[in-house]
Formats: sequence, C-alpha cells, structure tokens
Amino acid sequence: MDRAMKLPQRVASMPFRFHGGIAALVALLVFNAFFTPNFLQLQTLFVNISQVATIAIVAMGMTLVIATGGIDLSVGAVMALAGALAPLIFLSDLGAANPMLGVTLAIVLPLFIAGLCGVFNGVMVAVLNVQPIVATLILFISGRGIAQVLTNGNLQTFSNPSFSYLGTGKVLGLPFQGWLALAIACVLFWVITRTTWGRYLLAIGGNERAAYLSGGPVRRVKIGAYVICAVLAGLAGLIVVAINSASDAARNGNLMELDAIAAAVVGGALLQGGRAPIFGAILGAVIIQLVKYTLLANGVEDEVALIAKAVIIILAVWVQQFRRA
Amino acid sequence: MLDETAFDLRKYLRRNSASVTAWIALLALILFGLMRYDNFGSAYNFSSFLNYNAMFIAIALGMCFVIMTGGIDLSVGSVAAFTSVVAAYLSPYGIQVALPGAVLAGVGFGAINAFCIIILRIPPFIATLATMLAAKGGALVISGAQTISVDWGSNFTKLGMGQAFGLFPWAIVIVAGLTLALWLVLERTTIGRTVLAIGGSEDASNLMGLKVNRAKAFVYLLSGGCAGLAGVFLASGFGAGQPLEGIGWELSAIASVVVGGTLLTGGMGSIPATVAGALLLGLVFNVLNFENGQGTISFSAYWQMVIRGGFLFAVILLQSRVIARQQKVLG
Repeated sequence: MDRAMKLPQRVASMPFRFHGGIAALVALLVFNAFFTPNFLQLQTLFVNISQVATIAIVAMGMTLVIATGGIDLSVGAVMALAGALAPLIFLSDLGAANPMLGVTLAIVLPLFIAGLCGVFNGVMVAVLNVQPIVATLILFISGRGIAQVLTNGNLQTFSNPSFSYLGTGKVLGLPFQGWLALAIACVLFWVITRTTWGRYLLAIGGNERAAYLSGGPVRRVKIGAYVICAVLAGLAGLIVVAINSASDAARNGNLMELDAIAAAVVGGALLQGGRAPIFGAILGAVIIQLVKYTLLANGVEDEVALIAKAVIIILAVWVQQFRRA
Repeated sequence: MLDETAFDLRKYLRRNSASVTAWIALLALILFGLMRYDNFGSAYNFSSFLNYNAMFIAIALGMCFVIMTGGIDLSVGSVAAFTSVVAAYLSPYGIQVALPGAVLAGVGFGAINAFCIIILRIPPFIATLATMLAAKGGALVISGAQTISVDWGSNFTKLGMGQAFGLFPWAIVIVAGLTLALWLVLERTTIGRTVLAIGGSEDASNLMGLKVNRAKAFVYLLSGGCAGLAGVFLASGFGAGQPLEGIGWELSAIASVVVGGTLLTGGMGSIPATVAGALLLGLVFNVLNFENGQGTISFSAYWQMVIRGGFLFAVILLQSRVIARQQKVLG
C-alpha cells in the first residue's frame, strides 16, 4: 500500500469504527456553536429539520437503489410530477366538494403515480437490462415535462391547511416531516436487516450473478428498490409543495438527484452496491444541509456554497475509501 | 489469409449492430423530414442545425472517450457554462486568445477530475459530480450570476456566426476536424488502444503494463477540453457567456454516446456513431420545430421534453434488443 494512505487508514481502523461523516458533523456543530449567531436556538433547529427531511427521505430511497448497484436520476422529476398532481386533485371540483376525500386522494394518487414511475425504471433496469443511468435518464428528461404539461407550466398556489400539515405541521414541537423521515428510516432499517427481501437487496449489490444463481428473485427485488425510491421521491415532492403552499413544476426537486446521491454516498453507500446504510443517508443529508446553512448564516454566497459542497463530497468519499479496505 | 483481412460487411454489421441502429434511425428521421417539410433540406436549415448542435457534438465526443474507459464525466455541462464566461471575458483580445483560454480552463477542470479519480481513487461518478457543483459555483462567482456579453468589435463572434470559406459556419469546420482527429486517435494510436483496453478490464491492462493512468488522465483532460470548446461555441453563437446554461448537457451527451451504441461499461465505442447519436437527438428537436411551424399541432416546450424522453425510450428499447442479440451471437 502507498505510504500516503497511511494516516487515513490508521484513522479508519480506530476501535470505535471512526466514521468520516460523524466527524464532519461534530466539526460543523462545534464551528456553528462558536461562530454562527443564534445557532443554538430552537428556531434554527426547526428550519434545518424541515429542510433536511426532504433530502433525507429521497436519499434513503436512493440508498436502496444504490445498494443494488444502480442509480436513480429521475427522483427530482418524480418530485415535480407528484407535486404538480396534488393541487390539481384537491383543487378539482370533486376535491372541493369533499375536502377530506380530496386531501386523501391528493396524497394517495400522486404516490401511486410515483410508484408507477418506479415500476417503469425498475422494469427497464431489471427486465430489459438497460443500464440504470440511461434507464432513469428517460424520466429525468420527460418527467418534469409531463408535470409542466399537466399544469401548463403555471405556478399553482393554494391554501389548504390539512394538506399543508405535511410540510408545516408540528408533533411534540418538532416539524412533522422530521418525524416522518425518522419513521421511514426505522421501517427501512428493519426491512433491510430483518427481512429476506432486505437480504436479497444486499446480496444483489454484492454479487448479482451469485444472487441470481442461488435462486434469488433478483428482478422483483430490484424493481421493488426503484419503486420504493420513486414513492419516497413523490412523498418529498408533496412535502415541498405543502411547505410552500404552492407547486412549481419547473423548480420542485430541481437538482435533487445530486443532493440525494451525495447524501447517500457521504452516509456510506458504495456506488458498486452491497451496502444500504439507511441512517447514514440521514447523516449525509444532515451534513449537506448544515454546510448550506453554515455558509449562508455566515454571509457566504450561495454560489461559493456549491464549491464547499463539492469539496465535502470528495473528502467524505476519500476518507471512506479506507474503511472499505 | 485473405479472408481475415477482407472487409466482411455481414460480420461488420453483426459486430456493430448497435451503432448501425443509430445510423438507420438518423437516416429514417432525415428522410421523414425531407418528405414532410419543404425547407427541411435547405442549406439554411442544414447549416444552422449543425451550427447549433456543434457544442453538443463536441461534448459527446469527449464523453465517448471517458465512457470507453468505463468512467463517466458529469461535469461537462457546468464546465461549458464556466468556460463560456471565460471566453466572454477574453473576447476583447480576439478569438486567438479566447479560444485557447477557454479550452485551457476546461482542461483545468479535467485535471481536477483526473487528480481526484487517479490519485485520490474517488469513483468517477462522485468525482465529476463534485466538479460539476464546483464549476457551476465558479461560473456564478466569476460572472456575478449575470450573462456576460462578448465584445462585438473583436473577431470573436465570427466563430459562432461567420462562415468559413463562405460556406459553413466555423463551429462545424472545427467540430468536423475534432471528430476526424479523435477518430484517428482511437483507431491508430497506442493511447486509443489503451483506452479501449481499460474499459475491457482495468486490472488486465495494468498487468499487461499498459500506461493506464496516463490514458485515464488523457480522457478526462480531453473531456474537459471538449467542454471548454463547447463553452466557446456557446459564447460566440449567442453573443454572451452564460453561467446558468449547461444544465442537463452531461445527460444528453451520455444519451448521445449510448444511442451511438457504446455501452456504459466501456471497452468499446465508435466516434462516428457517437456523432450520429448526437445528431439524432438534436434532429428530434429540429423536426418538432418544423411540426410547430406547420401550425397543425403546436407543441409547447413542455411537450417537447416529453416527446424527447419518449424518443430516447424508443431508441434505448431498440438498442437493448439489438445488444441482447449481439451478446448472444458473440457468446
């Protein structure tokens, strides 16, 4: 091994299973506590939780897809699609006449359509053997277009308190979507560690051929991963719409695929598959959000924040290289 | 002996069936356009179509080399946006400064990619994703998030708007030269052969003593340079450096390469077919514009995205069938 690799390797093999992400998080928190005005306040926590929840929810789905050795570029477009559908449904005549039914349908139907997008991606990848980047590229290009066709490209604004609860509600004083993200994480963690489906998911990423030869339902598990990813992206799209009380198909979920992939990888997912660190994805999402917040709160421009994000992604992946070995 | 060296059309078609699909689809679309629209085959449409697509072809060519090594370069779109701003700032000094300056800026981003991928051993997907963010941020910082107008008094805009030898736009001439040069590099040089070998198996290439790292550095520098060139075309063709452009360009470049029959796993690829793939994707838009001009059905920009995705879907489906058969044939 190279001499240059010694230090990070030594750090990586420390007894308490050193995690580059946790170190970065601690560093960010300490820096903010000392230098960022008003950081240690509840309001700051709320702002960050409500922002991080959408990234985390999408990143968890992305983690499942990455665990199969795939990637999903269409999450941002699926968010736009689901987000465009919801107001169309509860603002329709039927939705206006039956508010409860309207809101229920406005949540269920978009998630169902998002699931169909996932089926499309999954079938392309698992049955037709199209490479994941290319397969999900199709919806990446056309998904947002469909959302804009549906809304004529207009911004839809609305006021619907029961739907907006998704984005603005509070449970035990903390934002509802934060609890939702946590609940999803617990369920997914259980699925991955305790069910046969989860075991196959990891087996496929580890060695797809071996999983197939040992009789695993490779296709079904892969399609399932894309469906879960798409449904979670749809949910995130609904939350963004609920937070804003407005749906903008052109901006909802824009560049989310990059944030989600970055969060999954910073959280410890390997692009070649075989690992699905669900809580790692949340950690990655928190780090990315905190970096954004730290820079903005200290008066650094948005554009420079992009460069900082780039450096963090590289550093996180570089450190994790050595954990693998 | 003769049999081995003679050109066997059937064998060629069988081995290159994926690229041939792209050519057939391209020809079919051109024929469709020629028969349906009056001005489709006009010199004006021909040259403005090629001129507009020159930047996409340039990026796709660089991407093809990267993909042949089994890598990927997601940074090209943002790098082109960055270099278009660089070119606009350098435009008062004329094309002789702005062109090399912008291409070098692109090569600089390629060098960052190469460093991260070869020295730090970061997966290409992640490394170039980070460079994409950095280039986007950099473009916004140096331009103050504004479009930067080029100097109309210098000879810079001639590149995007003037004609070479009074015939073709300069951008077409440059891209045609680049295509020929890269085709020769791939088919006739050691580094071209190494690029293909890496995509086949990087470990085997290393064991055989091929200069793997040098070839990998070459493809990322090349891709950055091609993106830089695209930035020059962007600035000179539209008269401004545009920091907000380039979103999604990396994906259309990947799509061009894939439609041209190159597998993302690397090890094979064709330069002419990549150009065909890029032209094919551009031509879908061109045809849609004509369809709009006819006034019968008016496709909004949103519908165009949907149709473009649908078209990509059709070509990919076709490719996947062809490739599946090809793999069966080659065993």
